[in-house]
Amino acid sequence: MSQPFIDLQHISKSFDGTLVLDDLCLSVKENSFVTLLGPSGCGKTTTLRIIGGFETPDAGRVIFDGEDITRLPPNKRQLNTVFQKYALFPHMSIADNIAFGLRIRRKPKSYIDDKIRYALRLVNLEGFEHRTVDSLSGGQQQRIAIARAIVNEPRVLLLDEPLGALDLKLRQDMQYELIRLKNELGITFIYVTHDQEEALTMSDTIVVMNQGYIQQMGTPEQIYNEPENAFVADFIGESNILDGLMIRDELVEIAGARFACVDKGFGTNRPVDVVIRPEDIDLVKPEEGTLTGVVTHLIFKGVHYEMEVTTPDGFEWLVHSTDLSPVGERVGIRVDPFDIQIMNKPASEDEEAVGVNE
Amino acid sequence: MKNHFRQLLAGPYIVWMIGFTVIPLLLIVFYGLTDKSGAFTLANVTSIATPEHMKALGLSLGLSLISTAICLLIAYPLAMILRRRGIGHSSFMVFIFILPMWMNFLLRTLAWQTLLEKNGVINGILGFLHLPELAVINTPAAIVLGMVYNFLPFMILPVYNVLEKIDDNTVNAARDLGAGELQTLLYVWFPLSVPGIISGITMVFVPALTTFVISNLLGGSKILLIGNVIEQEFTKGSNWNLGSGLSLVLMLFILLSMALIAKYDKDGEGTAL
Repeated sequence: MSQPFIDLQHISKSFDGTLVLDDLCLSVKENSFVTLLGPSGCGKTTTLRIIGGFETPDAGRVIFDGEDITRLPPNKRQLNTVFQKYALFPHMSIADNIAFGLRIRRKPKSYIDDKIRYALRLVNLEGFEHRTVDSLSGGQQQRIAIARAIVNEPRVLLLDEPLGALDLKLRQDMQYELIRLKNELGITFIYVTHDQEEALTMSDTIVVMNQGYIQQMGTPEQIYNEPENAFVADFIGESNILDGLMIRDELVEIAGARFACVDKGFGTNRPVDVVIRPEDIDLVKPEEGTLTGVVTHLIFKGVHYEMEVTTPDGFEWLVHSTDLSPVGERVGIRVDPFDIQIMNKPASEDEEAVGVNE
Repeated sequence: MKNHFRQLLAGPYIVWMIGFTVIPLLLIVFYGLTDKSGAFTLANVTSIATPEHMKALGLSLGLSLISTAICLLIAYPLAMILRRRGIGHSSFMVFIFILPMWMNFLLRTLAWQTLLEKNGVINGILGFLHLPELAVINTPAAIVLGMVYNFLPFMILPVYNVLEKIDDNTVNAARDLGAGELQTLLYVWFPLSVPGIISGITMVFVPALTTFVISNLLGGSKILLIGNVIEQEFTKGSNWNLGSGLSLVLMLFILLSMALIAKYDKDGEGTAL
């Protein structure tokens, strides 16, 4: 079990001279739900296609259960893909779509029929055997695409933004479906999305990618609460990213005010990036705040109010709160020490380039 | 007011259709079903059953089918290659293959005559190399060659069009589910390209079946296709009634082909040139 199930070793890939993946290393444990998360063009889909066998890396190796599969064609790999736009076979019935992989493997008819029924039950579409692809809604087609993949009993299921084309409500339902499926089947899921909420909801492990690099890998909690750099902080949820000065351990100066924090080991008087989530900021009376500012914007968001508080240095703090402070009101800003996340400033321009600035 | 104006816009086309399609068609039907004195008769149509005409029709069907098959065999792999090249490269390659279409049909066929003649260009080269001469001109093979050369673009375009619309991921999905190259071709590429194949077949088969120019120029006077028979009834025999009657028989084959298209190419994909 200690040996990684899928191991991407120093993968590089470029298209038409543009580097898409640069020396990417990634290990996936068996039976985990790993999400590759990032903006479009970050290389997440290319990574998935390399695992699926639809692209060959320029450099590096793909190890699957201890075996080098880098040059193995897709049909020889023990994994199946659920494609972005379903990619069902339009000339076949639903049953024929699901049976495709099994017929290629020359399974007996009774086995195939059982499997079709089992798969349709699993995705809650019993009785759809003889429907045509055209007659199904987007969500139903998506489920059939999943059913078509899992009847082959793959050891890994690759999912390329499978919920991207569905509406919000359906997307949320399908997220729970997928978690249920994953638990029932007990296989490894590798999931690609640009939707951070989807990633946080479903994954055991999130891999945040940008411009061909892995920015951070960790559990959803780690990624959300302890982003390692400004890009991750900015991409996962909303956040205030501020310039700060680490006075000493557990004390940081932001916009001239000193905040107690829990981070250590950054040295003294060092410039740092500070991340504070909007929901972690308390608006209090001006005399009680560490810093004061004026509310300049107010939007009702349903669950909470979104406010912008401008401090004298000109920075606009994004604040989420269920308590309303009207525009124009002077307020104090207070943050609990453990809600302040300190990050090193990018050391070189190279690092800067892969960070938030692009 | 506005609606009336729009209906007026369709006017010229209706005049065109009536003048150049409907009336000539009705005239052919009239001539085909009457004799010289204008009395109703089926003799013109049934004369297709005479051995002489059956032979011409049989030969026409045979040569057209062979030409269509050869066109498909050439066009399908080519269309696959074009499809896989991606848009940028393929549009230029398509252009190269379509280029001969812009030359006059007669001229192209005459060029083949010059090439294939007994003392033509090809035999000249072969003779120079001390190789045996080819005797292709005035054989059915020459007619097939002319048909394939002239009608190949009509097969390439619809097949390419339909292949072009097949989503990469549909193909990838087949590969992902364990299908090898050949299985992907048989179970995905091929069934999904049937509409294009059908319209390609129709667009090659119908003109090949009715041609008389190609057989005139490359087949000499000895090989008579049904097209030649009809042409001669109109030009030399001056028996318009018989020519029209035989045309009606040929029209049956054309209608059959169109019915085939209607059945398999519901979206009109393949015919979109």
